[in-house]
Amino acid sequence: MTYVVTETCVDCVHRSCVKECPVDCIYEGARSLYIQPEECINCGACVPVCPEEAIYFEEDLPESSLPHLNDNEDFFTQTLPGRSEPLGSPGGAAPVGRLGVDTPMVASIPHRAATLCTEAGE
Amino acid sequence: MSDAGAGANCARVAVVGAGPAGLYAVQSLLASAPGIGVDVFDRLPAPYGLVRYGVAPDNQKIKSVTRVLRTAFDDGKQVRFFGNVRFGRDIARADLLEHYDAVVYATGAQGERKLGIPGENLPGSYGAKDFVDWYSGHPDAADRHFDLHASQVAVIGAGNVALDVVRMLAHSPDKIAATDVPDRVLEAFRGSRVTDVYLIARRGLAQAKFTPEELRGFNALDNVDVVIRPEDAVLTADDEIRVGSDRQLRTNVTMLREWAQRPLRGKARRIHLRFLQRPVRILGENRVEGVVLERNEMLADGHVRGTGKLETLGPAMIFRSVGYQALRLPDVPFDEAGSIIPNRQGRVLQESGELAQGEYVTGWAKRGPCGVIGTNKSDSAETVSNLVADLAARTSCRGSDPEAILALLVLRGVGYTSWADWLRLDDHEMQLGRRQGRPRVKVAVLRSMLELARGA
Repeated sequence: MTYVVTETCVDCVHRSCVKECPVDCIYEGARSLYIQPEECINCGACVPVCPEEAIYFEEDLPESSLPHLNDNEDFFTQTLPGRSEPLGSPGGAAPVGRLGVDTPMVASIPHRAATLCTEAGE
Repeated sequence: MSDAGAGANCARVAVVGAGPAGLYAVQSLLASAPGIGVDVFDRLPAPYGLVRYGVAPDNQKIKSVTRVLRTAFDDGKQVRFFGNVRFGRDIARADLLEHYDAVVYATGAQGERKLGIPGENLPGSYGAKDFVDWYSGHPDAADRHFDLHASQVAVIGAGNVALDVVRMLAHSPDKIAATDVPDRVLEAFRGSRVTDVYLIARRGLAQAKFTPEELRGFNALDNVDVVIRPEDAVLTADDEIRVGSDRQLRTNVTMLREWAQRPLRGKARRIHLRFLQRPVRILGENRVEGVVLERNEMLADGHVRGTGKLETLGPAMIFRSVGYQALRLPDVPFDEAGSIIPNRQGRVLQESGELAQGEYVTGWAKRGPCGVIGTNKSDSAETVSNLVADLAARTSCRGSDPEAILALLVLRGVGYTSWADWLRLDDHEMQLGRRQGRPRVKVAVLRSMLELARGA
């Protein structure tokens, strides 16, 4: 079981969850964040701080967001475009930094204007 | 991270308390001032505070946060651990202020609120914390015993601790056996005769303080029916609006309503979630025989009012779980009304309201007993950024010899333990666990902990 970042994060990355995550398991691609399912300890601290309400416990995922469950995992287990091997479980997002690349599924989501993002603190 | 000046990089900082708040403060210190030296003091030979002694045993995945918390001690020099050192007895505030450039209090909330109703001190009525200490193998509860022979048990309160206690009472013994509880605790759960566990919440289901993460734990109870009466599952118009705009609350209410509608399945144990009920008095001559509850009604402002309608339940065991509470530390300022160490963003305030030089606070002692483990990361980051800014404003460090504190402890005959000692005890507990096919088996007696830690 794990928490999952869904489509409302895409192009509206606030990183509030990154600061809150006690095990630093939320990694940054290019347009979205991804939760490393093996590193996630299921504490749920990320959920209430996300201004986009993008994070769900896997059992609570709305039907339309279900593909993100596997997609979050793919970010770590599949070799991302332009990289030579899967990211795996680095044990912390801070040293890894922003990867600048997304999973093919997230990359294929139409771009969203920043004006459609939720204002932080709203 | 703030750019640390000269005063921060040569500084030595003492952190009192090795729970999540203290250890996140350590991480934050290392990240913002790479040259800093940190000593962490704890009254027990085991670190991790409530991660080890508060997070319920059936939540081993959350306990794996220790993987991150322990990294600060890896090199063994920059951050030192002094276990089995009690603040105010073995080491005083004045000692720390003399030996360190700054002190961070991360002592948590070690007390507990009472109900203030008749009968609360009868045998059979306990603080939830006593029970949590006991099943978590806390040395403070090493002499306690809970026989769990009551068929009905009531838990008063609607926070995460109350849910933990309810869940632990309702689990099948096999589920408890898959946890790290001490052997004698497992035996007590194997002998449990509990059939009905009542959770009594003063306010409505939309006001309950527990988080969806904790409530969801009920889904893992395989031999339990969750009972919610229709009259307890109603929401006021105001509640509906709040639920609509608060996602955590929505998740809670969705789960609770689903359980309320589910037909009972004839399971061996039942959890009764009672909302809008207030305990009026605990019944019994020589020990608990029941509890009288008064029906509350919700007012528009979110408060409740008693309706005078009474109901009697017959639990022979009652746990009050209405909030942990920080206790005053010897010689350290304390805000009695707020039950915290008074502070401004983590800078300790004297009781006069002036800033106390070189003293800081984080975690529950700073903000009160709320939030989850992750909350301590940002909370400690705030405290440490202020601490580091204050140190950076200084031109030099106190320059205390790191060995001086050791000499002081030895002189006082304090049998402190080190990080290597803890790793020895940790390893022993893991071995005990492996032998029984369990994740770990905790050692709960302080003397044994110390012997095993020292390899005696």
